[in-house]
Amino acid sequence: MTQPLLSVKSLTIGVRRPKGVDTIIVDDLSFEIQRGERFGIVGESGSGKSLTLRAIADLLPAGVEILTGSIRYDGVELVGMPTPARRRLMGPEIAMIFQEPMTALNPVIRVGEQIAEGPRRYLGLSKRDAMKLAIEMMAKTGIPDPVRRARAYPHELSGGLRQRIMIAMALSCGPKLLLCDEPTTALDVTVQHQVLRVLEQLCADSGASLAFVTHDLAVVNQTCSDLAVMYAGHIVESGRVKDVFRDPRHPYTKGLLDSAPDFDQPERELVPIPGFPPNLAARPSGCPFAPRCAFAVEACTVAMPPTVVVAPGHAAACIESQSIFEGVAA
Amino acid sequence: MLHRLRFLPGRLVQSIPVVFGVTLIVFFMARLLPGNPALALLGQHATPASVAALSKQLGLNTPIWEQYLLFVGRLFQGNLGTSLTYQLPVTQLVAQAIPVTLSLLGMALLLSLIISIPLAAVAAFKPASGRDLGVRAFTLLGQGMPQFWLGIMLILLLAVGLRAFPVGGYGTTAADHPYYLFLPALTLAITMCPTIIRSLRASIINVLGSEYIGTAKSKGSYGAALFRGHVLRNAAIPTVSIIGVNLGFLVGGSLVIEKVFALPGLGSLMINAIFARDFPTIQGVTLFVALFVVLVGILTDVVYTMLDPRVNLGAKEQS
Ligand SMILES: Nc1ncnc2c1ncn2[C@@H]1O[C@H](COP(=O)(O)OP(=O)(O)O)[C@@H](O)[C@H]1O
Ligand SMILES: [Mg+2]
Repeated sequence: MTQPLLSVKSLTIGVRRPKGVDTIIVDDLSFEIQRGERFGIVGESGSGKSLTLRAIADLLPAGVEILTGSIRYDGVELVGMPTPARRRLMGPEIAMIFQEPMTALNPVIRVGEQIAEGPRRYLGLSKRDAMKLAIEMMAKTGIPDPVRRARAYPHELSGGLRQRIMIAMALSCGPKLLLCDEPTTALDVTVQHQVLRVLEQLCADSGASLAFVTHDLAVVNQTCSDLAVMYAGHIVESGRVKDVFRDPRHPYTKGLLDSAPDFDQPERELVPIPGFPPNLAARPSGCPFAPRCAFAVEACTVAMPPTVVVAPGHAAACIESQSIFEGVAA
Repeated sequence: MLHRLRFLPGRLVQSIPVVFGVTLIVFFMARLLPGNPALALLGQHATPASVAALSKQLGLNTPIWEQYLLFVGRLFQGNLGTSLTYQLPVTQLVAQAIPVTLSLLGMALLLSLIISIPLAAVAAFKPASGRDLGVRAFTLLGQGMPQFWLGIMLILLLAVGLRAFPVGGYGTTAADHPYYLFLPALTLAITMCPTIIRSLRASIINVLGSEYIGTAKSKGSYGAALFRGHVLRNAAIPTVSIIGVNLGFLVGGSLVIEKVFALPGLGSLMINAIFARDFPTIQGVTLFVALFVVLVGILTDVVYTMLDPRVNLGAKEQS
């Protein structure tokens, strides 16, 4: 058995409060990403997807910390690694693409130079060669007239082009793991599709693994091989995308699927999940989804349900999974 | 890049009426000073007859609007009149003084940047830390001290006490000048720093919280490279206009400081002229100071435009 590229174990992220109880935002998260895998993380906004990615990239906002747990990249522990060593991984090993390409690009630097920055630092390229590589990367992401566009400032480009710039930037040093935080959410639907295609194509070409955060199930279905469904800082279900979509084993996953439009069954009624995610500062005991769950029983509110393997490579954290989904194929 | 500087000619034309207004104010303000310049020139032993004769010679008897027209008419010929005390063309006096004052201001600006940038960074990287409080104490102190007092203290401490710097004067050779300018420039810099530090600290904190800093970090940037490459230029943009405005105040401050340090610049020239009721010189210096402030305003816009590619002042004026 080969070592996974990324292995997250019991990761807990929150706000440390020296006087009082720490606020826990991401609770006891564990997952693995294999080489070449495309791992999707889905969940409503506020479920802790972005913070999970940011923890891997060492970009947690001020005040939010990794409280416990381990993040191993290629066997090397990242938690507690000194900043210089950690940053040296960023670019050639791990790269990240953000949700908002407008705010994620430095407004006063030409985009070509922004792409060239990483290669200059980590591939030891001269200014000229780095710029050549930047233009090459821009061409690969399908930016027309890259030589001219390289001299543009971010505000002079459309959202779709800016996100292509971000992709070119992230892939410029040939990372082995690409973290994407809702990379297409801020874009028009048609542009979304193109950008996603480019992203998939380039990752396939370079063999990079993908950690892909989104709230859009259709995007996961199209892009990812595996997924984890997050709810209130927990992974409630995980497995192969096709298995989970065909046979969801957690009521929350089922709810997400029922509330999302499905182009194969356009006549199907959309059923929203009632209620709201819990307040993280006052977490309910037991399953965090219980207050919104139509199938909740008393035992659900007692303790956090353990994660149970329901089928090979498919796990869910629901004590009623068996009785709810027995023999039911969605 | 250059097309965004198209606003320049327009700005220059716009400042003509401003300068004209300044001539008006300058001229009439000088007349409002109490005392007759002829009397001041002749001193205690003046007779009414000699005062009247000199007044006539200086054109002080003609109606005031006639004097103004004469003043403006000469101005167009580059003639600012003759100093009543030195008996030299005012343009010549001003031309001698300008390099001194400009070097003083330039050095003061340089020193204040050298002091402010590291202090603002140190404070901004850890807001509310001990370092931040220390920097804040420094800014309060710098702001609380009157300039002339600070200048005198620096003279006592560094020039008289440690004998590290001259007590005053401008030196004789070009190599001397920076050495003589250091203390007065430092005085001005210390009083200018608090404003720069406060503005820069706030904008650095702002920049550090922005998403593109996360992107820069995700490209492996950290520490000094991150600061130079992605923080300083972005944070400098709002501070540039604050510095521009404060350079105007700095000119005011340099008047007093030049006197304290016996520098033969515009300030000394101005103060001597005021005491002697030397109208032409007062007018000449004020005019140049006003011109300087207008130019600094335009220069600020240029720097601002160069630093921030999103700014297009020309486009704004067209729309
Ligand atoms: N800087 C922060 N300080 C404190 N809490 C935060 C901060 N950023 C995010 N959070 C909290 O963490 C939760 C998860 O945020 P996030 O990971 O951004 O969610 P997602 O990406 O799934 O929408 C949110 O509910 C939010 O309240
Ligand atoms: Mg998010």
